[in-house]
Amino acid sequence: MTESAWVRIGVRVMAVITLGFLYLPLVILAVHAFNPSRYLAWPPTGFTLHWFADAASNPGLHKAIINSLIAGVGATVLALILGTLAAMAIQRFRFFGRDTISFLLVLPIALPGVVTGIALQTTFRTAGISLGLATIIVGHATFCVVIVYNNVIARLRRLPRSSEEASADLGADTFLTFRLITLPAMRTALLAGALLAFALSFDEVIVTTFTAGPGTQTIPMWILGSLQRPQELPVVNVVAFLLILVSVIPVYFAQRIGGEAIGITR
Amino acid sequence: MTAPNPVTIDPPVERSLGRRVASWLYSRPRTQLRLLLAWPLGWMTAAYFGSLLILLLGAFWTKDSLTGKVIPFSWSLDAFGNLFGAEVYRTVAFRTIGIAVLVTLTAALLAFPIAYYMARIASPRTRRLLVVAVVMPLWAAYLVKIFAWRTILQGNGVLEWVLSPFGFESSGLVELVNSWLVLTYLWLPYMILPVFAGLERIPNSLLEASADLGGRAGVTFRRVVLPLVFPALVAGSIFTFSLSLGDYIVPDLVSDTKFIGNIIYDNSTLGNVPLAAAYALLPIVVVIGYLLVARRLGAFESL
Repeated sequence: MTESAWVRIGVRVMAVITLGFLYLPLVILAVHAFNPSRYLAWPPTGFTLHWFADAASNPGLHKAIINSLIAGVGATVLALILGTLAAMAIQRFRFFGRDTISFLLVLPIALPGVVTGIALQTTFRTAGISLGLATIIVGHATFCVVIVYNNVIARLRRLPRSSEEASADLGADTFLTFRLITLPAMRTALLAGALLAFALSFDEVIVTTFTAGPGTQTIPMWILGSLQRPQELPVVNVVAFLLILVSVIPVYFAQRIGGEAIGITR
Repeated sequence: MTAPNPVTIDPPVERSLGRRVASWLYSRPRTQLRLLLAWPLGWMTAAYFGSLLILLLGAFWTKDSLTGKVIPFSWSLDAFGNLFGAEVYRTVAFRTIGIAVLVTLTAALLAFPIAYYMARIASPRTRRLLVVAVVMPLWAAYLVKIFAWRTILQGNGVLEWVLSPFGFESSGLVELVNSWLVLTYLWLPYMILPVFAGLERIPNSLLEASADLGGRAGVTFRRVVLPLVFPALVAGSIFTFSLSLGDYIVPDLVSDTKFIGNIIYDNSTLGNVPLAAAYALLPIVVVIGYLLVARRLGAFESL
């Protein structure tokens, strides 16, 4: 240990401040969910569950939730298939252009969503494809592929080839080995990738705005639209509060799986 | 040993289709590779790279000056002429890149102490809790976090309540500072996690060696810790920089300012695809350039 006592105290204080910065807005949001003020004035002057009832009876919100779920599942399934195939190709084979492909797969999350959004919209319009839930799924799948790809390739790197070779020596063909050895070894990586891909799709608003036709709304689009109407502020706040509560579920599962689901650490 | 055992011959094994395909594939690794790559590459090309190409072409399409309608696949350089002709596009570009750099630097400064605490000072139990605590806000929805800041910064919000006893007023949802603050908040966990992982990988023995050779804490930090954790900082900066560069919702919802993304969005909703596409080339070039530099610096291994 090389840190002096002062450094340790200083670092600890800074860590606490940063943590406070990360959580303060979320805590305030949670308090506002029970704030009777229609304009979410601070400090709250009472306690109400009124806005929860309003949110529960909002028909636009119901449709948005269903659309978000369909888009999330569709994009996740596509991403699982395509991401796994890409990861197996890149990890198991050495070929010309290998580095380029792994670079290209990162582009959809690295390039601004607005660029992906208008690129897709211009293409769909030019090709005469009508915008709707299907085009949202296509848009989401483009940036979900890399999430699954990253998780699966990290797992494959650590999976020794010897167990697959042993399976082949014992007479199993490629498909049987994949089913009995490779797939079970990848299971948690696939689960983590699927979780992250779904969450990303569920949260995405920019690409969605460009690829959704008129009349198709997802939850983030509903929130964005409701922000234009000041009288809906408390209902949006309640939905935001519930979304924070829901986001605990993937974190819990990610921890159970072994913390790999973060996707960007190691 | 009276009679020799009769020689038994196995009946010919009925080979299933799957088995035959498998053995055919076994001797043809190139075919395996092609079959594996065809789907993801075909998809990405059709859905994504094809679209990017169309967007690229769209920058050169003609906009009818009378009707205002865009005529696809009719070529002109008008959009670029408009971009270079007006001062505002340059101002917005510098503003956006400036804020993206500022957000990256602020996030790095905020991330380092907590990442250092997590990696080198906290007990294993506290470390695990802190990792969860940093990951949690990452999973909370993007718009939810922006919304939370709106309620804080708005005229009758928490900020005003804190400031008013000192005679200050909140300026509401107007100033550019708000965008800097909220973007830093949004992308901070993306910086903390790689830096934490980078710091955790530094073996203690290196720090001890530096101390044994007479390096004081400051010297050890500057000449051992910082160089080793640099790729991780660059990895985190990929997120903070490129996500800030492309954002148009934050400046729209918490400030009264335009970023590159707002200009692209406004023009595309107004039907001016050529100008939107031409302006979109700027963030594309900047982000690809940034990624290539980051890859040279070894940041991709720290992702």
